[in-house]
Amino acid sequence: MGYIFDFSSVLDYSAVLLKGIGITIELILVGGIFGVMLGILCAWTRSFGPKWGRWIVTAYVELIRNTPFLVQLFFVFFGLPTLGFRLSEMQSASLAMVLNLGAYSSEIIRAGIQATAKGQFEAGASLGMTRLQTFRYVVLLPSLQRIWPALSSQIVIVMLGSAVVSQIAVEDLSFAANFIQSRNFRAFEMYFVTTVIYLALSFLLRQLLTQLGNRLFARRAVR
Amino acid sequence: MKRRHFLSVIALSAAATLSAPMMAHADALADITKAGVLKVAVPQDTPPFGSVGADMAPQGYDIDMAKLIAGKLGVKVELVPVTSANRIPYLQTQKADIVISSLGKNPDREKVIDFSAAYAPFFNGVFGPAGVAVSKAEDLGGKTIGVTRGAVEDLKLTEIAPSSATIKRYEDNNGTISAFLSGQVDLIATGNVIAAAILAKNPPKKPEIKFLIANSPCYVGLNKNEPALLAKINEIIAAAKADGSLNTISEKWLGAKVPADL
Repeated sequence: MGYIFDFSSVLDYSAVLLKGIGITIELILVGGIFGVMLGILCAWTRSFGPKWGRWIVTAYVELIRNTPFLVQLFFVFFGLPTLGFRLSEMQSASLAMVLNLGAYSSEIIRAGIQATAKGQFEAGASLGMTRLQTFRYVVLLPSLQRIWPALSSQIVIVMLGSAVVSQIAVEDLSFAANFIQSRNFRAFEMYFVTTVIYLALSFLLRQLLTQLGNRLFARRAVR
Repeated sequence: MKRRHFLSVIALSAAATLSAPMMAHADALADITKAGVLKVAVPQDTPPFGSVGADMAPQGYDIDMAKLIAGKLGVKVELVPVTSANRIPYLQTQKADIVISSLGKNPDREKVIDFSAAYAPFFNGVFGPAGVAVSKAEDLGGKTIGVTRGAVEDLKLTEIAPSSATIKRYEDNNGTISAFLSGQVDLIATGNVIAAAILAKNPPKKPEIKFLIANSPCYVGLNKNEPALLAKINEIIAAAKADGSLNTISEKWLGAKVPADL
């Protein structure tokens, strides 16, 4: 136990670290918002969409849920340029995160939709709503409310999983940690600080999602 | 590089304790000619300098160099496989007459052994396709350069590249190579051996040397106080450079001609 901590060597690089935190937050905002939107779209398609749409969504969901995120990331970043479709590392990372969260969240949201009582759809129809209107105004919010805790967890998981985007040179929090560690060789201090930052980010994100849930579902206190 | 240096320190300290009494020796060149065999310490874990081929026979730049020198001396070659840690002790304990094992020169090593003229290029530099006009660090402005994070090239390039250059740091050499081949970066900073490994796969984008970052060519190592052997080996290397036989070896294993200033 003779190790002497030296956090000053980490503080010297605080600019790199702050930039890394900023990029991780940017990634999770983009990934979270567009990922859940994609998830809702896919959940609707798989539940009510045309047959060919269901087939495509099922293939997409199974493909993403049965391959590692790192491989998906490499496919987008290193693979697509070969087909003449070149994205920057930030675009690649965002796209991979949206696709990843989209697949997982669509299955979570679909579970919420399936748990909706048949009478709700019939009620919508009897009010003269189309199927899409029924989904939008009657089914969606209660469905989301049911699965909100599970969806929140999935978003946090995707944020933590975003650590691997440093592999394609996105300068996120993990990249900053590896970069600083390769310069000052203070690995223990660096990963100590990084762990605390990820922990704080997860905690904040969870709080934010809980608050958002309370606001979204406030009018629906009675089920 | 760092590891090479570290290992050589271990090797040297081991060598110093082992071989001090054996330093005094007669004319090694005469002994080699008399025995009709040149014992050469070669690597077997360092492609493209020395590795074991599909037929289990050693192959590589250093092996071809060993054969060339033995041929010019008119003797048979006996390859002695070594690791980077034990190559200098092998030399000092007479298990090998000379070391041809991608050996770089540094002051610590120069205290215990002698070095011939350089026979192989070993350097870090910035590489890129022929179309990219870069010849010095200042030209990197506005360009994107891929590098393996924490490597010597990374530290050095971070110092010398202008602030308008974008350095993308990847986890390992494979990431750097993929980024170059997929067009995610314009240039890469890496070792000539890595560039040769890319060239060997015959990619659509060929990495050509743009400028050097750090140069540490390979030398033949031999025991101290062997002026006759040293002169003879230098003569063979100079002749091989002049008649193009060194270029043939270099193009075979490194995919590029020997640099003119080697």
